[in-house]
Amino acid sequence: MLKNLASHFFSDDLPRSKWLSLLLFAVLLYVVTAPFVFSGARSLNVAVTICVFLVLVGSFDLLLGYSGMVSFAHAMFYGIGAYGVAIALHLMGPGWGAILVGVAAAAATSALLSILMALVSLRVKAIFYTMTTLAVASAFGALVLRLNELTGGDDGRSFKVPEVLTPGFRPFEEPFWGLTFTGKTLTYYLILVLALALFFLMLRIVNSRFGRVLEALRENEFRAEALGYRTLAYRMAINTIAALIATAAGVLMSLWLRYVGPQTTVGFNVMLNILLMSVIGGLGTVYGAILGVVLFVVAENYLQLLLLKVSAAASGFPVISHLLEPDRWLLWFGLLFVLVVYFFPTGLVGRLREIATNGKISSPS
Amino acid sequence: MSKVDLLRLEGVHTHIGEYHILQGVDFAVPDEGVTVLLGRNGVGKTTTLRTLMGLWHASAGKVSFDGEDITQLDTSEISRRGIAYVPEDMGIFAQLTVQENVRLAALSGRFDEARLQWIFSLFPALERFWLRPGGTLSGGQKQMLAIARAIIEPRKLLLIDEPTKGLAPAMVQNLAEALRALKQARTAILLVEQNFHFVRSLGDHVAVMDDGKVVHTGSMAELASNEEIQNRLLGLGTATT
Amino acid sequence: MITSTSVAQEAPQSKVSTAEGAATAPLAALHAPRGNWWPPFLVATLAIFALPLVGAFPTWVTLTLAGLAMGMMLFIMASGLSLVFGLMDVMNLGHAAFVAVGAYVASSVAGALGGLLYSGTSSGALLGMVIVAIAAMLSTAVLGLVFERLFIRPVYGDHLKQILITIGAMIIVEQLVLSFWGTQQMTLVLPEVVRGTFTLGDIAVERFRVVAVVLGLVLYLGLLLLFGRTRIGLLIRAGVENREMVQALGYRIQRVFVGVFVAGAALAGLGGAMWGFYREQFTAAVGADLLVQMLIIVVIGGLGSVRGCFVGALLLALVQTYVNYLLPDLALVSNVAVMVAVLLWRPRGLYAAGT
Repeated sequence: MLKNLASHFFSDDLPRSKWLSLLLFAVLLYVVTAPFVFSGARSLNVAVTICVFLVLVGSFDLLLGYSGMVSFAHAMFYGIGAYGVAIALHLMGPGWGAILVGVAAAAATSALLSILMALVSLRVKAIFYTMTTLAVASAFGALVLRLNELTGGDDGRSFKVPEVLTPGFRPFEEPFWGLTFTGKTLTYYLILVLALALFFLMLRIVNSRFGRVLEALRENEFRAEALGYRTLAYRMAINTIAALIATAAGVLMSLWLRYVGPQTTVGFNVMLNILLMSVIGGLGTVYGAILGVVLFVVAENYLQLLLLKVSAAASGFPVISHLLEPDRWLLWFGLLFVLVVYFFPTGLVGRLREIATNGKISSPS
Repeated sequence: MSKVDLLRLEGVHTHIGEYHILQGVDFAVPDEGVTVLLGRNGVGKTTTLRTLMGLWHASAGKVSFDGEDITQLDTSEISRRGIAYVPEDMGIFAQLTVQENVRLAALSGRFDEARLQWIFSLFPALERFWLRPGGTLSGGQKQMLAIARAIIEPRKLLLIDEPTKGLAPAMVQNLAEALRALKQARTAILLVEQNFHFVRSLGDHVAVMDDGKVVHTGSMAELASNEEIQNRLLGLGTATT
Repeated sequence: MITSTSVAQEAPQSKVSTAEGAATAPLAALHAPRGNWWPPFLVATLAIFALPLVGAFPTWVTLTLAGLAMGMMLFIMASGLSLVFGLMDVMNLGHAAFVAVGAYVASSVAGALGGLLYSGTSSGALLGMVIVAIAAMLSTAVLGLVFERLFIRPVYGDHLKQILITIGAMIIVEQLVLSFWGTQQMTLVLPEVVRGTFTLGDIAVERFRVVAVVLGLVLYLGLLLLFGRTRIGLLIRAGVENREMVQALGYRIQRVFVGVFVAGAALAGLGGAMWGFYREQFTAAVGADLLVQMLIIVVIGGLGSVRGCFVGALLLALVQTYVNYLLPDLALVSNVAVMVAVLLWRPRGLYAAGT
């Protein structure tokens, strides 16, 4: 029965490493029980970030890890989802209809953009595709700032969500295992369920025939063409699918925060973060997204604390102290990133799986 | 007169990605005359030349040239030891003029006038097209240019990959004459060819490849008179492959 | 419908031989320098076409000069990027870091030379600016040397890793710049001698823009001479077309590459210094902000082509300047539009090198 479960949900793509499974289970436990265990809004934010970003980073991995396409437009699609639903709710008032309209509009925009970009640039050198995504994403970022009537410009926009999802909504008077069930809780679990669903969807995609063809394409496009696969069609398809999943992630985050702003959506740093997370977690493994996100979130919060302590100790030395300022945490994370690319190209997940396989193969000789 | 081995391959294996193309190549090229590397499509002839030039690295085995082990050397080092390479696609720099193409090939930086005139006598078209971009030349002329580049300075060994491919018959004749002239000038040549009739009168020694290995070596005279081997290894004659 | 161009994508450099003559002759003609007169014509046409749209001649001159000046500076910055990509097939997104360092060093050196630049004679100020430029170029050249060793050489041949590593490297360098210089905005004031405008009748001409255009032209012509008449230039041109063949001819192309990389970094530093003077204020993100434009220029110009980079830079800058004036709302998409338009016309760039 477990085997059926494995093939059904996990599409036969199991963690394949004890440590990895343990880590993943811990993360799952954390996100499922977070509202019960942590009462602060801050910790719930962390949990939601993990859920949403694992979808976002996972969809990026579909493009980069599985299909070998470097796209800098991924944060843009995330932003389209976030702004889409935000603008709809802002213009049409808090209602499920507005959400629907917002999601539909965002999805359509993302699909259109991804198809156009693919058409223009995928036919030539792969590097042109990367540059096209970069150019379009930066243009979109500037556009968001420009249309500040709709988007709230630099300040972003707050908006209201349907009552059921607000913290004021309390269907049950009694606390339930220490938790007062509010609309926020409902939103949280909605996001969790959708994130998990999208995650399993991605597992299904990469383990299907479609996914295998993509991997073959990544390895040797020439050969795949010779075998009769219409590479352009496949690439366009995965481009659009990944864009749509990223859009969905944006929608979820937006509904949680009830706010959308350029720094957290369309800035270049978001794209960079996605890149960092996916590489460190492990490209070409959907699980890598989970670990990469968790690691990043932990680092972002605790690395700065660490640096604070260390820089206090080093405050005497002129240059070094500047290097160790908590604001410079990105320097060290960037260094970590470079080291990971050099020494652990398969990322954390890859490394854990290697350790597991080596453990099994080793035999007395 | 005993022949000296200029180039020797011993147990050379080459992998391209997952593909094991050369599976233990053994043969030697003497220091004069034309040695022909024959074999059907896909047996590894071009891979052998590329491995010799260091463009692909042998995963096992040894390549020695003039007594020196050159297996792991860089391409430019191998070239500097006196080996010239004329690849299958000729490697002409299309945007450079014929003159610039040849000048680049002259490592010393200047032309030996006498040598240049000799090359012009072999390939008159090059003189006519001297200042035209390499890309405007016809196929046959490109081939001539490629060989001219290889010989503008004296070399010990020429590696030539399928020079007659896609050439008109008149050009092929031209080419044969040029190679004969080179042979007379005491340059050793390792020629990869599929066109047996072209090399029949030109070649002195042969090595025949099949499935990534050399399966027959000997003199050209011997091979030319042995129809059985011709059929079996080269797919010539009435037998279908 | 699969077109044949999609097959041409990632095939290795020494490809299967094409059918001779038939395939390559028209291709070569398309890219032969003499026959390819379209692109510069395009720039001139664009400028002329914009005149009636702008209306007033003096305004047009100002705009065109502004566009040309920006284009020249972008050309100087991007030329190194294009050459490195064309010659060694290396995508260095960290190129932006050289621009930033150039600007920052220029700012520091200008500060140190304060008197010479700002309170002395005109010729003294010019000398000072030259010193600043040289200092910027030297510092980025050294950085380029280190950068190549640490970040480029280990990932040679792997495009994906190059993109990742060079982004990481860019972040690291940018953060180092912030560590050493601080997070405040940097200033680089133009000395009096090149500041302000002079008038030709009705037209206001900014001095520094003229300087930028002249410098850009001088550099462009210098590079053309270098590539056309010197042995090293010959080597680089050949290497851009077919790196393997150059090695097979006996040249240690690795050394040439390092030289080109360092030179490209120095040029980026010069461009950064010029940009710093032009804007007079900037942050560590100055390089990253220009990166998108530089990449577009490299793409539309054709990899490895100095001519293409030049024309591409002018084209992009002019379009941006005109659109900014005529239709400010569309300004953002103008860069992308130019890129898309050029790629649709010439998918491999205006001057694609080799086969």
